[in-house]
Amino acid sequence: MATKNETKVSVEPGRQELFITREFEAPRELVFKAFTDPKLIVKWLGPRMLKMKLDKFEPKSGGSYRYLHVDPNGNEFGFHGVVHDLTAPERIIQTFEFEGLPESGHVVLETVKFEALPGNRTRIINQSVFQSVEDRDGMVKSGMEWGVNESHQRLDELFETMK
Amino acid sequence: MRRDVFQAIADPTRREIINLVAYQSLNLNAIAEKFDVSRPAISQHIKILTECGLVILKKQGRERYCEAKLNQLSEVSDWIERFRKLWEDRFNALDNVLEEMIVKPKRIRKK
Repeated sequence: MATKNETKVSVEPGRQELFITREFEAPRELVFKAFTDPKLIVKWLGPRMLKMKLDKFEPKSGGSYRYLHVDPNGNEFGFHGVVHDLTAPERIIQTFEFEGLPESGHVVLETVKFEALPGNRTRIINQSVFQSVEDRDGMVKSGMEWGVNESHQRLDELFETMK
Repeated sequence: MRRDVFQAIADPTRREIINLVAYQSLNLNAIAEKFDVSRPAISQHIKILTECGLVILKKQGRERYCEAKLNQLSEVSDWIERFRKLWEDRFNALDNVLEEMIVKPKRIRKK
């Protein structure tokens, strides 16, 4: 299997934003389509082990979306937002809110840029701007917990096969 | 009140204090002299740093010295690394989707 391109995350201390950068071996139109086609986005956006369900998906300027990640026990984690600007195939600007926080209103402004690279390749730059440094750090940490949960689930899987 | 490494390094003055004492222990006066902000403000920052466990205060004679305890900082890079891993898994899945789109363009593009 070919080596995967590196996923870079930039989280500078004391700032309200973070960046996620990744290159893909596919032309920009295809990458953009994988972000905006309901049949395709469910195949990759959900964390492994969780099923992704689209409640609402309007990939256009002024549209909105809501999706759910469903864990094996049937617990649902909801996310929603509105699309501020969608310019194919180069840019998506949207809000993002996780519905599972103790209080609502912690909204993230997400800008995804799709850069065409030579050789039919694409670079994605995802900038997330949070309302406060605490919001951002909390998000990074919950991402960690999620990652931990997931690896625990993978261990469970492994143990299952060893029985 | 939240007291953790993220909070400790969120403030630029606190980051500078960490940089200062990372190389040598300094007494509170010596630290305060390096900054334009008031001495009580510096004391407050140092208090937060000690509460976050990044700095300890040691008494030597009549002076109190600030010493850095930086092993905790790796906690932060662990968090970031796990967050990065989450996105890496996601984007590796996206690689597969894209590969499928390239190999079987008609099937995917048909609505």
